[in-house]
Parts: sequence; C-alpha cells; structure tokens
Amino acid sequence: MLRTLKQITRIGIISEPVPLTAAERDKQDALQEEIRRIYGRALCIRHVDAGSCNGCELEIHALNNPYYNLEGLGIKFVASPRHADLLLVTGPVSRHMQAALRRTYEATPEPKWVIALGDCGCNGGLFGCSYASAGAVADVIPVDVTVPGCPPSPGAILSGILAVLDKPRATGLRSGSAEH
Amino acid sequence: MELVTAPLPGAAPARHALVDAAGLRAVCAAAHVADGQLQTLWASDERDRVGGFCLWVALADAQGLLLLQLPLPAEQPRYPDLTDIFPAAARLQRAAYDLTGVRAEKSDPRPWLRHGAWPTQTFPLRRDTHGPAPTDEEESYPFVRVTGDGVHEIAVGPVHAGIIEPGHFRFSVVGEKVLRLEERLGYVHKGIEKRFESLPALQGQRLAARVSGDSAVAFSWAYCMALEALCDATPPARALWLRALSLERERLANHLGDLGALGNDAGFGVGLAQFSRLKEDLLRANARALGARYLLDAVVPGGVAFDLEDAARRLLLETLPPLETEVGTLRDIYADHAGLQDRFLGAGRITPALAAQLGLTGLAGRASGQPHDLRCDHPAAPYDQLQVHRITHSDGDVAARVAVRFGETLESLRLCRVILENLPPGAVHAPLPPAAHGRPGLGWVEGWRGPVLVALETTDGGGIRRCHPHDPSWQNWPALEHAVIGNIVPDFPLINKSFNLSYSGHDL
Ligand code: SF4
Repeated sequence: MLRTLKQITRIGIISEPVPLTAAERDKQDALQEEIRRIYGRALCIRHVDAGSCNGCELEIHALNNPYYNLEGLGIKFVASPRHADLLLVTGPVSRHMQAALRRTYEATPEPKWVIALGDCGCNGGLFGCSYASAGAVADVIPVDVTVPGCPPSPGAILSGILAVLDKPRATGLRSGSAEH
Repeated sequence: MELVTAPLPGAAPARHALVDAAGLRAVCAAAHVADGQLQTLWASDERDRVGGFCLWVALADAQGLLLLQLPLPAEQPRYPDLTDIFPAAARLQRAAYDLTGVRAEKSDPRPWLRHGAWPTQTFPLRRDTHGPAPTDEEESYPFVRVTGDGVHEIAVGPVHAGIIEPGHFRFSVVGEKVLRLEERLGYVHKGIEKRFESLPALQGQRLAARVSGDSAVAFSWAYCMALEALCDATPPARALWLRALSLERERLANHLGDLGALGNDAGFGVGLAQFSRLKEDLLRANARALGARYLLDAVVPGGVAFDLEDAARRLLLETLPPLETEVGTLRDIYADHAGLQDRFLGAGRITPALAAQLGLTGLAGRASGQPHDLRCDHPAAPYDQLQVHRITHSDGDVAARVAVRFGETLESLRLCRVILENLPPGAVHAPLPPAAHGRPGLGWVEGWRGPVLVALETTDGGGIRRCHPHDPSWQNWPALEHAVIGNIVPDFPLINKSFNLSYSGHDL
C-alpha cells in the first residue's frame, strides 16, 4: 500500500493540456462549458467496432490515459447506446456487423451524433467493399464527422469529438439517412 | 511410413511434403505424439491448375514447420477430420469449408465464419466466385444447450460494453458459476483472404499489418518473410535488426497495456493509470524516433520503410532504463497487493496437461508450461544473435499470464537495448528479385500474442494467388472456453483480458 502511494505521489499529475491546435485549445473551455450547458453532465460516447482491425481501438484506449484526461474534459465512454449522445464507430462495416450497427444506432436516443473513425470508417480503407465488407460507416448509418488516419492519433480523435459538437445533431426529422 | 520432404527456402525453417488422406492422418498423429502442434490449416482452389483443390496443414515440430499438401478432387473435395488429433483443427476446418467448400469428413457441420452474409453453397475463395451477392439474412446458430436444475443462459454481444471488438458469448450458469461457455465469432469477417488476391504482392504487407492491428509488425514481417522466401532474398542486416526492434516495441506496447487493464479489471485502477502512462511514453518515443506511434507500415518487402538516425537511436536508448525501473516497481506493487493477488491466483486456470492437449500457444501457452517461443526455438535473424530468454510459468492461471507478461516486458526492454547498441550499419532496404510462383512461401514470427504464420503464393504477373494469415488466437479462443469453467461470471472479463485474444485476426 505504502509503495503504491509512493508511486502515485512520485509520478504526480501528468495530465497535459489537450494536444490540439491553438484554435481548438481556445475552444476547450468553451467546450466544457458547452457540454455542461447542453447536458448538465458529461458527454457520453458509445464506441462501436463494426469491423475494425483493432488498431483504432488502441488509440481510443489511449484517450483514456492520464495524459489526455478525457473525463476531466467532461467526456466519458458508456456501456450502452441508451446512455450515449455520440456513437464512435470504427472499421469498415462488416456485413456481419451491419445489423448490429443499425440496431445500436436505433437504440441511441435522439438527438445523437455519429463519428466515423479511421480510414476504414471514412471510406472502407484497405478492406473496401466486398462480399464481407459493406465499406464506409456512412453507407450504413448517417455520419456527422469523419476522422481519417490509420489509426488516427488520440489528438485527431479528440479534434473529431470537438468538431461534432458544432454540428446539429440527428433528430427523427433528419432526412438523407443512408439506410438501405 | 517414410515421409518424403523437400526443404522450403526462406528465413523460416520449413519442409514441404505431398500426402494422401491416410498419410495426412498418420503424419499428424506421429507429430502429435512427438509433441508437435498444429500451426494452421487452410484450403485452396487449384481447379485452374491441377483440376481440383488442395488442403494445406502446417505443423510445428522440433525441426520447424512441416507443410503438408493434400490434393483433392474438384467434385466433393473431402479430407479426414483431424480434430481427434488436434482439437484446434475444429474451427479451422469449419472456416475452410465456409470459404472454399472443402469439407472435413464427419465433422461439425455448423458454419463458423459464415453468418449469413453470403449464401450456403457459395464459397468466396473459389476462383470462379466473384464477389458473391451479400444476403442480409441473419441465420440462427444452434448453440449447445446445457439443461439441468437451475441452469440458465446468459448471452453477451456481439456489441460489448467497453472498447473492445465484437463477438458473442453464450454462458450456461448455475447461480454465478459458469458451467459452460460457447463462443460465436466471425462478426468482423471482412474478406481479408479474398482481398489479398486483388493486391500486388509488393503491397500485401499493408493488408497483412491490418489483419490484427495490435500485431501489425508481426504480421507484416511474416508476410514479407514469405515473399522474400519466394524471391530467395534476404533483406540487409540493418533492416532485420530494425524489424526486431519494431517487433519488440509492439510486444512492449501490448504487454504494458494489458498489465494495466488486468490491474483495472481486478479493481486496481492505479495500475491502469500507471501502465497506460508508460505505454503512452513508449508510443510517443516511437513517434519521435521511428516516425509513427503504431508501426503499421514499418516493415516492407526487402527491408523496412524507415531508418534510425543516431540521435533517434540515443533517444530510444535513454528511455529504456527509466521504463525498466518503473516496470520493476509496478511488479513489486502488484506482487504485494493482496486484493490483486486474490483475484489473479487460481482464476481461469489451464493446466499444462490441458494446454498440451488443446494446443494452447504463445504467451498463454508459456503461462501453462508450453515452453515454445520461436525467438528461442527457431531464431531467424537477428534473433539468432540475441539469445532471447524464454519466460514460462506452470500455474496456467491469470496470475501466471500476468507474471509471463512482466517477465517478457523486462526481456523485451533488454532486447531493445541490445539491438540499439549493436545495430549494424548499412542499407535498410534492398529491392527484391521477382518472386517464384507455383510453390508457397512461409513466414513465421513470434508476435506478442504468439506465433503468427503467413503462407503466400504469387502469380506470374506479380500478384497474389493465395494468402493465408494465421493468428494464434485461433488456438487460444477454444481454450478460453475451458478456462472459465467453474469460475464465476464476474471473473470472466478478467480471465478474458488475461488472454486478450484477437477477434479481427481470427475472423479475417
Ligand atoms: S483505419 Fe487503420 S487502424 Fe483503423 S481499423 Fe482501419 S486499418 Fe485498422
């Protein structure tokens, strides 16, 4: 126990200013304020792996390390789509995950946002469209923001989350759904 | 029976033999008795060439890889079931049928990788199947039912709570106790083997790296090793040393991440915070010195895609001692923490005897007394000069898998130092001569999770005729079903994490 405490105090707090561009950093306070105003609570993200190679997941995990201190920003990952404001979707959508992704989208209460993460989420990546892969996330559910990269860095993912807050969220009235 | 083998060129020690159906079983049975393991199994459509199909079985024995080739007829291609000799063959056989229509006789008829995205009787890896029309039906899958007083089922997934890959787990429980677990995988099947066939051989390593992103270096190296075997070429020494550096840093990133997550799953959040900090430090050093946090595109045919300037080399060297000290401190903290040890000890145990029977491999195998490590058993350059210290344990529980990770983390740090201090000068890449076709090339690399194998055949036009990448998760997923028996449901996440198997690398 003592050793643990020593380790904690020796390392201290290592959280950094969020690794964003200057413009984005200006927005950081505004963001926290915005999240508080809109939600009166943390922004809740549900991650869905719709066919990823698991590389993108490694960088989403990194966002939760003490350097990025995501929760300090007022953002947290939740276990159910019913508690989520935002779906963070990785991978080309495998045909075997297509139905589960749609169901997850439908189970997320409106209004809601969707980020397609990584080159695969943006356009199918190296896997493309095939008998087994439906390609981009936007071909299966409506997408608000795409974050390219293979995998995108934690900073890029965070920028994507910030960008999404500027977007109007999907409501039941939204047209142009790509369901098919 | 005398088996006629011919050596296969390349960095992986390998022999090839043509067998008939009876010979296949006889060789497998003899290999099993001599402590050999099934590495992988796949089928290929050769109707354009020899008028039939082929089944390929790769065994690992004391000499290296033994690749068995069984030619099969075009009509009703059938081969003898191998699951009584190697239980790990079961899912590989089902997958081979789903993709090529080549079936093991009297075997489990249920689909494995096919859930309904393509119709039955359509086989995506046949050469005359061009992008089968996707169906959108979800097929019902007959899980094995456990009946009895008070037994009920818990179904989890495919979408899990948490940032993990999708798969389905069906538990049969009494109270909190798990009687049986049945896995249903294949959700992230994205047609990787078919996709390979549309890529030039010189670009296949990019897809190989994305078979399982956490093992990108292992897979891209194995792919390049297979291609280089076909070209009869050896990359420059400096390139091979830089590949080993990349591979050890991939091992470090995964082990550090898992050690933190295992602490967290056992209720010790400090462990997660500390280890994820160390992992982030490692990734940032990668970005500064090697040009990327994750080395998905570092290994290329003929060498590596980066060089290490002397300043970068020294930077990496400087980061090693503090990391070593921190890992040592955390190892003591984990060892002294009664709560952690209470959760780790005895959980998810696979005894050495069961491990041998199931063919448990890689890190999990070494934690259950299976001492195989390619870096020690069949060291390809530069490992032949590094004298890797093998880390094993015989308890086979979560605690043992944690202990092996700690040991391997410290050993990888030592290897990084030796590599950085002895990096040979010279080129990091040499162009490859044209690849031979008409025979397979094999690549075999000890990734962080276990041995990764890539079998590759090229076309005469520089394309890929067939590529089969194999992740050790194939062997270890079925073992997880055994590991949880008799444990309580709330311990499943911890036990599962202690294996940390790949879904993508398995589903392909
Ligand atoms: S974008 Fe890259 S890292 Fe992410 S899932 Fe696709 S291949 Fe993997």
